[in-house]
Amino acid sequence: MRATARIVAVAGGGRTRLATMRSEPPLVLRRTGPETVHLVGGAAGPLGGDRLRVEVEVGPGARLCLRTVAASLALPGASGGASLLEVYATVAGGGRLRWLPEPLIAARGCDHVAHSTVELAAGAALVWREELVCGRHGEQPGDARLDTTVRYAGGTLMRQEVAVGPRAAGWDGPAVLGGGRATGSLLVVDPAWADKPPEPAVLGPAAAFMPLVGPAALATATGADLREVRAALDACLPDDV
Amino acid sequence: MSLTSLLLLADGRFPSGGHAHSGGLEAAVTARRVTDIESLRAFLSGRLATTGLVSAAFAAAACHSTVDAGALDAGLDARTPSPALRRASRAQGRALLRAGRQMWPVPALNPSPHQPVALGVVAAAAGLDHTQAALAAAYGTITGPASAAVRLLGLDPYRVHALLAGMATGCETVAAEAAAHAGSPVDDLPAASAPLLDAGAEIHARWEVRLFAS
Repeated sequence: MRATARIVAVAGGGRTRLATMRSEPPLVLRRTGPETVHLVGGAAGPLGGDRLRVEVEVGPGARLCLRTVAASLALPGASGGASLLEVYATVAGGGRLRWLPEPLIAARGCDHVAHSTVELAAGAALVWREELVCGRHGEQPGDARLDTTVRYAGGTLMRQEVAVGPRAAGWDGPAVLGGGRATGSLLVVDPAWADKPPEPAVLGPAAAFMPLVGPAALATATGADLREVRAALDACLPDDV
Repeated sequence: MSLTSLLLLADGRFPSGGHAHSGGLEAAVTARRVTDIESLRAFLSGRLATTGLVSAAFAAAACHSTVDAGALDAGLDARTPSPALRRASRAQGRALLRAGRQMWPVPALNPSPHQPVALGVVAAAAGLDHTQAALAAAYGTITGPASAAVRLLGLDPYRVHALLAGMATGCETVAAEAAAHAGSPVDDLPAASAPLLDAGAEIHARWEVRLFAS
């Protein structure tokens, strides 16, 4: 299945207007609040062979929060082959994007890549959450890779690739997830940090809040289940960015 | 290309202060994630596939010198969320560069590059090619923590070295994959992350008493 969804948020008259909101099953968009859009994707997925793309454009001064109603479950497809979710987002100066999807669950035998690119203009703000759960209950995960690039004012702020599954050597070992079934990260980009970067903090035995080189910080958390990970990441979720 | 230079550069006795760093092992030992040979094997395997691949790719790229060292340093900053790991990498890069300068004609460079960038630049000055730089980098990411394991856990050094010998093919595979990226744009170089190495480094940096610097 191939599908592309596209959202363009623009500021006007002190509020955010969705100039474009194009859905294509299984990527179905619903506006659920003044600045909030949910992806309400129907069936389980992505399935092997799927090629899904989400495009997000946030204009100067506009604010958008994107969420999903439920976790996505990466499953192998009938014909084999990998599934791909590409996300391409741009945020103009003064714009704010919060990308807060529910986690990706990597089911047994899946072969999934989530490829995200975020281009932030100088003065843009971002909250970007990624969570990965390794298999359903009692299940070993297939291959899943979250590959993310975030650029700010033309320079690369963060490059991260988290991979689990049979092809990722040592992924469940003590250097990577240490037997944790869930891992996640929350990137916060706040232009105000250019002058006053935040302090690093330890959030737990496998979680930390780490200022990056640039006006941003990454929280990382790994744990026995998603609840543990989400609790650590939520502690770093800003209210107003 | 000189094999002796490669051996010198990859030797744990190379005077670049590498012995002061455990590659995240001290934090993993204290958290009781690594307790014996088997858990050390899993640690090294994950480290090689993540930090090892990234370090090897950046060493190869710096040796290949199609991209300037400053851009590679920025690329490693973007791949190293932990401030403690960024400091450790640049401290080791600085020491390596200083040692390398005494041995080979190393060109002018930012005095504190990231360790893989320093390794690649010094390797080039030593007449090595980028695949050899990648191999030295990949090898260093597992031999450092392996010797730290002997000190931290009192493991049998014979068994630890047998473990390293068993990882030889894996190390070469990672180095070859890393070297194949040399010449790619910096954003396209590997970025494999190890969440527990990042979190562990931040926790470790807060200890008042520790055996290793990182």
